[in-house]
Amino acid sequence: MSVTTIDPLRPGTSRGLRRFLEVPDGAYRGVLAAVAALFAILLLAFIASLVIQSRSAFAHFGFSFLTTHKWDPVHAHFGALAFIVGTLETTVIAMVIAIPIGLGCALALAFAVPRRLQVPLGTAVELLAAVPSVVYGLWGLLVLAPWMRQYIEPWLGHITGNHFPFSGAQIGTGLLLAGIVLSIMVLPTLVAISRDVLMAVSETEIEGAFALGATRWQVMRKVVIPSARSGILGATTLATGRALGETIAVTMVIGNTPAFAHSLYSTSATMASVIANEFTEATEPYHLASLVAVGLLLMALSVLVNLAARLAVRSVSRQRAIGVGLL
Amino acid sequence: MTVMAADPVVARRTEIQQTAQRSADRRQLLSRFGLLACRICLLIALTPLVALLVYVFIRGASAWNWAFFSALPHPAGIPGGGISNAIIGSLIIDGIAAAVAIPFGITAGLFLSQSDGRIPGLLRLAADVMSGVPAIVVGIFAYVVLVLHHPGSLGHYSGVAASFAIGIVMLPIIIRASETAIRGVPSVLSEAGLALGARKATVATRIVLPAALPGLITAVLLAIARGAGETAPLLFTAGGAQFLANSPLKQMNAVPLVIYQDGIQAYPDIVRVAWGSALALVLAVLVLSVGSRLVSARIRRVRDV
Amino acid sequence: MSVGWTLEPTQDGGRSPVRTFPVRPKCSARRAARALLVSPLAFGILLAACSSSSSPTTTTKPSTAAASADPYATVDLHAPAGTLSGAGSTFDQPFFTKAFFLYNQADSGVSVNYASVGSGGGIAQFQATTVNFGATDVPMSPLDISKATGGQVLQVPIALGGEAISYNLPGVAKGLKLTGPVIADIYLGTVKTWNDPEIKNLNPGVNLPSNPIEVDHRADGSGTTYIFTDYLAKISPAWAAGPGTGKSVAWPVGVGEQGNEGVAGYVKDTPYSIGYVELAYALQNNFTYAQVKNAAGQYVYPSLASVAADAAQKPNITAVDFSITNEPGATSYPISGYSWVLVYQLQKDQGLGTTLVDVLDWLSHAGQQQAATLDYVPLPANIQQLARATLLQVTGPDGKTQLLKTS
Repeated sequence: MSVTTIDPLRPGTSRGLRRFLEVPDGAYRGVLAAVAALFAILLLAFIASLVIQSRSAFAHFGFSFLTTHKWDPVHAHFGALAFIVGTLETTVIAMVIAIPIGLGCALALAFAVPRRLQVPLGTAVELLAAVPSVVYGLWGLLVLAPWMRQYIEPWLGHITGNHFPFSGAQIGTGLLLAGIVLSIMVLPTLVAISRDVLMAVSETEIEGAFALGATRWQVMRKVVIPSARSGILGATTLATGRALGETIAVTMVIGNTPAFAHSLYSTSATMASVIANEFTEATEPYHLASLVAVGLLLMALSVLVNLAARLAVRSVSRQRAIGVGLL
Repeated sequence: MTVMAADPVVARRTEIQQTAQRSADRRQLLSRFGLLACRICLLIALTPLVALLVYVFIRGASAWNWAFFSALPHPAGIPGGGISNAIIGSLIIDGIAAAVAIPFGITAGLFLSQSDGRIPGLLRLAADVMSGVPAIVVGIFAYVVLVLHHPGSLGHYSGVAASFAIGIVMLPIIIRASETAIRGVPSVLSEAGLALGARKATVATRIVLPAALPGLITAVLLAIARGAGETAPLLFTAGGAQFLANSPLKQMNAVPLVIYQDGIQAYPDIVRVAWGSALALVLAVLVLSVGSRLVSARIRRVRDV
Repeated sequence: MSVGWTLEPTQDGGRSPVRTFPVRPKCSARRAARALLVSPLAFGILLAACSSSSSPTTTTKPSTAAASADPYATVDLHAPAGTLSGAGSTFDQPFFTKAFFLYNQADSGVSVNYASVGSGGGIAQFQATTVNFGATDVPMSPLDISKATGGQVLQVPIALGGEAISYNLPGVAKGLKLTGPVIADIYLGTVKTWNDPEIKNLNPGVNLPSNPIEVDHRADGSGTTYIFTDYLAKISPAWAAGPGTGKSVAWPVGVGEQGNEGVAGYVKDTPYSIGYVELAYALQNNFTYAQVKNAAGQYVYPSLASVAADAAQKPNITAVDFSITNEPGATSYPISGYSWVLVYQLQKDQGLGTTLVDVLDWLSHAGQQQAATLDYVPLPANIQQLARATLLQVTGPDGKTQLLKTS
């Protein structure tokens, strides 16, 4: 006797791949847990391999690795200070340029642009975050560097009397150009997240301020920015994290001199750029280990900044964060 | 009406009104300047970005012809070279990376979306940590694991090592984004499925994942766009090649590598190839980004009928 | 949307309910998604099909190059099919890429990928056996050889070239006269401007600007740097005592670039700059380059003839005694050097090993014709014999089978 049972989700009524996927509950949870564990193992292996490869450098140089600036492959003296300083310098220059402009841009997008243009302009800014960094590097090297050399650096030197920090040989590539290219790269990220944070400010407060007779500028300054402060801080921190880890664009425009920069015009190197340049040819003793050690330092720095930022930017949608290349 | 010149109340009122008017005028002026400054910031922010895209378009388009897409690279001095091996190499590398990272990432996202306990919290932290790692350090890892000579590694540059690195770059994005997308599915749907006696696997694969499809597609396409544009992980893993690699186990060329290596050359022919490749890469990434939004919006719209 | 049920017959004769779904409007979003993902794949397959039939623009067949005295020059290309990978010197890059490209045009089964990462990189990758052969302008030192993980190392001379001192001086034509000590002083930083008396005295009629000299050098480990610093150390005691000779030294002044290509690009784009590049780069980019005073006191341009004259002064070189900078002779160009290919004596893969030695044998003999068109000096006959003798020592995995057939 055949029984017709209404059991639409009963296993056996599907075909092929779906049938294969309908595993019992235990197996399902097991697979999921295994995948998650695999991911955790991957991360641990990642950190472990970096630590193992760099161990000999830290053992040999000790703490002086972080405080010496001498990077001499021929005589096996390695110290990462010049690169740490270079990374911080380029990041600071980039953020000094990007934060005011980015904040103004986000304010404009949220409050000062006709409603019809808000979505297109906002999307345009987000799409610009998707441009690969190697293209920024190419453009910076082949287009911006000649401009810098021919127009901008002489002009800046002229109006400051060639005083520090605008002194030195004007060759185009160098610290200033790297900072400018980095600032262009982090702007879309900064603007997109800041705009989200600004627009998340409660409408009642804004309308209340307008009701009291405040102008748009006063509302922005006195109501919106103070209440979005932590989010904006988080956005700038996220952008800083992105600037810290940026490799390719900086390598192409910074000039690759493993020494301190004397002025904004001189060439320098960052942690990421020295790895990119010297990794494939590190033959001398401790060279490869030192480069991996520099990578470990860079990773620690970026991850710390990133985690700090995420704590402050809870109100931003994940979609937005993915869209601007942060996730 | 007779003028009550001496009425102190009216005089006081007029005075207050005049002060208020002056204040309002001043504040309006300040507001205008402030908004103008903001709009100028917007212009300053958009100008270099637009200039870059226009420049890449003009320089790159002049390099595009049929030979550019179909021919192998030519050495300096022999015209007519192209990037066919780089395009195929990029497709292979990104394809393998995506094929591994997508199922892995979505499954991990499913796991994370199910509970808010301590272990998923740790895993979420791990994904955040991974996403903050600079791509060059990921390249170092892939080099140490798959390129350096030791048992278990290939011992030379290969497309597989590059895929490994790119996959690690894509993974955290997919994990976090798919977790968000899956969490966005109303829990009534999965509860209804469970109430009807379905297994968890059935509910996940036939109810939850299809419902989360717009978010998943966005996540996947954006992750692919991000992975395709990365150069740093390729530097020590793919190795570069002048000929077509017929297997992912051999060293191969990729479009971002072409841009990086050819852009610094002194030969104008080769620099032109770099611009053409830059345009190709930018267009591919933009199409993927825009496409992800369009596709997910379309799915949402169809679903809400 | 309503869901319906129908009863479908099952295998055991009963019936089972199956859901029916309403006809959904064609989900073009899904099709769009599929198209987005599939079309690059289709495009790629199309490209793969097309690129395998791409036609060359030049049809020079290497095996029928101009006849030379070498009896092996007319031997056909007989290397078994295979893909080889090499890495190293950027000095050789123009020569190698063109030679391997033409070889592949003539025999599409053999493709040799060469990554010009600098001599240091080539040695590192060769030591780690991540490539089949390395290329370097300075042979491996005993310390380098001891770190090679693939067994005994053979070093094969493969190219001979000169280094041009290129400069970018608006208004000054080719042929600025420089001496070794002056070049050393420029790179030491003691001569800072173009109109320094040291340069002016050598070039009385030339209008030298007062701009500072933008010195450029290599940032990576480079055999080109080795040859250059070897020359400087020979003629400048201050240089020998200071930075010394090496693939990578502590440069007192200057900006570092990657590869000969990087230095060439820098000099091309930066006015008032000076840099040392392999002659082929200078000639192909129409650089202005200097006349250098040689050991005999004559000012000489780098050229095929002057580099060959310098090499002829020291005919018997080995991988240990290889420096030919600053040789005597009225027409010698002092900054010249050989370039070497590194192979392991015991090849683990017989087929690939045979391809390797055949290609390298061709490269060091008939392939030298290509060298000449690119402004490298063809290897002298005795050096070609040295190359062949070294390649004859390469064996298969058993350690005994000689891979290079000399029939």
